[in-house]
Amino acid sequence: MDYNLHDDGREYRGVTQINGPLIFIEKTHPVGFNEYVEIEDANGNIRSGQVLDTSDKTVVVQVFEGTTGLDLNNTRVKFKNNPLMLPVSRNMVGRIFNGLGEPLDGGTQPITKQYMDVNGLPINPVSRTYPRKFIQTGISSIDGMNTLIRGQKLPIFSGNGLPHNKLAAQITRQAKIIGEDVDFTIIFAAMGVKNDVANYFIKNFEQSGVLEKVTMFLSLANDPSIERLITPRCALTFAEYLAYELQMHVLVILIDMSNYCEALREISTLRGEIPGRKAYPGYLYSDLASIYERAGMVKENKGSITQLPILTMPNDDISHPIPDLTGYITEGQIVLERDMFNRGIYAPVAGLPSLSRLMKDGIGEGLTRADHPHLASQLFAGYSRVKDVRALASIIGEEELTPIDKRYLEFGESFEKKYITQSENEDRSIEETLDLGWQVLSILPRDELHRVSEEELKKYYAG
Amino acid sequence: MKETKKIIGCVKRVNGPVVLGEMKDAVKMLDIAEVGEEHLIGEIVKIENEQFTIQVYEDTTLIKPGDNIYGTGMPLSVELGPGLLGNIYDGIQRPLEEIRKINQVYIKRGVQPPSLSRDKKWSFQPVVKKGDKVREGNIIGIVKETSLIDHKVLVPVGIQGVVEEIRQGDHTIEDVICRVDTGEGIQDIRMYQKWPIRIPRKVEQRVFATEPLITGQRVLDTLFPIAKGGVCCIPGGFGTGKTMVQHQLAKYSNADIIVYIGCGERGNEMTDVLLSFPELIDPNSGKPLMERTILIANTSNMPVAAREASIYTGVTIAEYYRDMGYDVAIMADSTSRWAEALRELSGRMEEMPAEEGFPAYMPTKLAEFYERAGKFRTFAGNEGSISIIGAVSPPGGDFSEPVTQHTKRYIRTFWALDRKLANERHYPAISWLESYSEYLETLAEWWEKNVDPIWFEYRNALMVLLQQEVKLQQVIKLVGPDALPDTQKFVVEICSMFKNAFLQQSAYDKIDSYCTTKRQFRMMKIIYLFYKKGAEFLKGKYTLLQIKSLDVYHEIYKMKYSYSNDDLAQYDKLIAKIEHLSLEDGYGL
Ligand SMILES: Nc1ncnc2c1ncn2[C@@H]1O[C@H](COP(=O)(O)OP(=O)(O)O)[C@@H](O)[C@H]1O
Ligand SMILES: [Mg+2]
Repeated sequence: MDYNLHDDGREYRGVTQINGPLIFIEKTHPVGFNEYVEIEDANGNIRSGQVLDTSDKTVVVQVFEGTTGLDLNNTRVKFKNNPLMLPVSRNMVGRIFNGLGEPLDGGTQPITKQYMDVNGLPINPVSRTYPRKFIQTGISSIDGMNTLIRGQKLPIFSGNGLPHNKLAAQITRQAKIIGEDVDFTIIFAAMGVKNDVANYFIKNFEQSGVLEKVTMFLSLANDPSIERLITPRCALTFAEYLAYELQMHVLVILIDMSNYCEALREISTLRGEIPGRKAYPGYLYSDLASIYERAGMVKENKGSITQLPILTMPNDDISHPIPDLTGYITEGQIVLERDMFNRGIYAPVAGLPSLSRLMKDGIGEGLTRADHPHLASQLFAGYSRVKDVRALASIIGEEELTPIDKRYLEFGESFEKKYITQSENEDRSIEETLDLGWQVLSILPRDELHRVSEEELKKYYAG
Repeated sequence: MKETKKIIGCVKRVNGPVVLGEMKDAVKMLDIAEVGEEHLIGEIVKIENEQFTIQVYEDTTLIKPGDNIYGTGMPLSVELGPGLLGNIYDGIQRPLEEIRKINQVYIKRGVQPPSLSRDKKWSFQPVVKKGDKVREGNIIGIVKETSLIDHKVLVPVGIQGVVEEIRQGDHTIEDVICRVDTGEGIQDIRMYQKWPIRIPRKVEQRVFATEPLITGQRVLDTLFPIAKGGVCCIPGGFGTGKTMVQHQLAKYSNADIIVYIGCGERGNEMTDVLLSFPELIDPNSGKPLMERTILIANTSNMPVAAREASIYTGVTIAEYYRDMGYDVAIMADSTSRWAEALRELSGRMEEMPAEEGFPAYMPTKLAEFYERAGKFRTFAGNEGSISIIGAVSPPGGDFSEPVTQHTKRYIRTFWALDRKLANERHYPAISWLESYSEYLETLAEWWEKNVDPIWFEYRNALMVLLQQEVKLQQVIKLVGPDALPDTQKFVVEICSMFKNAFLQQSAYDKIDSYCTTKRQFRMMKIIYLFYKKGAEFLKGKYTLLQIKSLDVYHEIYKMKYSYSNDDLAQYDKLIAKIEHLSLEDGYGL
């Protein structure tokens, strides 16, 4: 959309009501829905906002920096006649911005003529191409069982204290496409995370020498919560610019989507909207979709946007609205499991609830290896039996198990210790991962392996 | 064109997709209104005193109080005519391919290319001649829409009379191809007509559904079949396989026409269909699948109001092909997103919420939608049907929520997806304990007549075993497997075989993705016979271990990957092998 960026909006002094991050103004000229607003406090500091509701009587504006320090009489409000726009330019790569896209690194405002609407536009499904390229992360539980594909949106469902940061950092360090030396450029968007988390990532990027390829949008825990509503949108707007205009491959890390959802709930409650599950607004699904669906690839374009959103499940509850709705939108999920973590297993990727929906088209002959689909399916089947046998053993005791069930226990141990477990710096090739898979599978009797073919058994089975 | 539309009011308030207008001229409920100078399309959903509410099908950014609202005098309608097949539309039937030509990557607002091409010429072959009497719904001619489907041009509703002139040859859809003398003047008929999406199309009479919609998915066809003209829902948490089932049905079910509605789901899933269907061959006709398919895509990031409209757009198009006498199947993925769109719009209109914030009229609307399915006698003089298969996405996978519960009141086949099965990668993860089909007994007759007289007996016998297994598993969990006698362990064993070798069916396996009825029956028979034989052997003092080491045991486990639909002889051989196993020769035991 082309909006008139000239500053012909009108300015008002004084507002009618201030309620949390919302301000209400009456008797204005006709103000547009979603219009971008500048708010100036008594000291001349400028904040930004957006129109949530407009009518011939009242206009409701949400102020991203919060309303602390604003008063009714001395607040100046200026309507800008365009939606919130992000300046975009190639020179922004490698820089640090706040959650609204303003420089935080002491550098100047990017100089550019190009501005993009941070709300984005829906991609035409006809314009998309289906992502198929396998990204090797070097992590067996992902590459072997829940393959990441370039252009995919694959979230990490984590819990408090679980090593999602470590995992995300390892993925960013190790992610590559075999047989290609095009690198990812990374966009890191932080919503409401602590300073040390941001620093952890910065240090990590630094150590692996990619820092100059990382663009950051930081809205940290001590920043106003409403800012978080814009942060992922700024990040993705910049990602779209890089991917679809400059044809780059972009990996976007969004951490922590739970904080984003909290901010949305806060606004919704203040506006007196009908609350949905756990008081999140009924439109949380559509709102999250407007973020996650900004991943993908489009026709006649080399670029791509791969999304790695991270969220912490309150109480490790996967049926909580945030992971639940996310799972309904994203193309699978990597679920971290506390039980594995407590047993000292890294990466504690839960075997059964994790899923990559795009895996099917990115693996197999000519992509990874011909036996990959069947092998993965067999590992899943085997591991799920392990879970049943463990449950049974905890009731009737291990001794009472049948010989075959005991073999499954053994397989389970080995699968977790050899296949799943790896160090933070271990970068396994896909062949290593697959061979390891066969190695642990060979603990099971050949007759149990219904999901792999005779030929595959002949070639790889070593039991 | 646009400029000539009449101003009926102006904007008073904008709250997302809901716009409140102040009346300046007469407005009619459910008419289309266009908002602002970009003419954003919306529908008038409420009129109160001097004000009216519009739900706008496009993004309302920068719409402001005072902006003009234009009237069209038309309810939200779809264009029905040749050119629908193979096409992809958004929720209000805007052609996405055409929009791409204008907007490239994104969908921008304010674009309204016509739904059906105005330039394309179709070869029209009349089936009536001058002097023939015709009435609404009669076929007046045929257009080869795709190599697979003859598009039957129907007399629009409300027209009855004598054919005055009929024009064979190549025409665009706007050309007059037939003129009918109604006695009160001449009516022109073109190859296309319009129909308001919220009103079911007129049809002669509902008839009984007696034939199965064959899906090629064993667990569905054999255990929980749906009829042509039937209604069905697939509830399941995320990742349990709703979309995959819907895609499999779109690919393989033996309907004539498929209307696939992507309602508030992923963009890539529509792309997947768009890219794969033209290359896939329909097993029933041997033609590319896209030739019988119409896609409606209103993905999760597209405007929410158009998502609400999308299922009506889909079902109206389906009714149009039904009126030609076709069996149409609708896949709606997901009806929960439709209900949520309803909830969001209702909330923004500040209506009183009922359960979980859904408006109180949600169940009624659901019922109205599913009621548009069925098998019918048409005015064209033949029979057509609409089957509806709706996916439901319950929050947290909990089926007690309102959309699942209300949907259950209106459907007759229930395919419950099970989280545990999905986690085990047992696909399709359809629970054999929770699912049901009320068409079973009617359809059993079809199977018995067309496939095998003992079909029902085998099917029921295996269902009984699956129920028994549940009890046996409970015992195992209490006292361990060794407490069971071999005969009962064998039941568990057979169930495991039935699940692995029969119920599980990978959509990705070339040989197994689609399974003919004949092959389904043989596979079922094989497992049943093996059960009978095994039980007999156990009585004859063989052990379970010995039975499990039989060659046929392993052959059964691998049959689905080994022998294709065309290899029925291999299945018959396997049946013979099992039948000939005898206690005397011991068969290597
Ligand atoms: N019949 C099937 N065969 C093989 N894989 C399946 C099948 N059904 C589901 N899956 C797997 O499960 C994943 C999720 O299925 P999907 O239909 O997208 O779930 P939902 O729509 O319920 O969220 C798929 O990406 C695929 O990997
Ligand atoms: Mg789905």
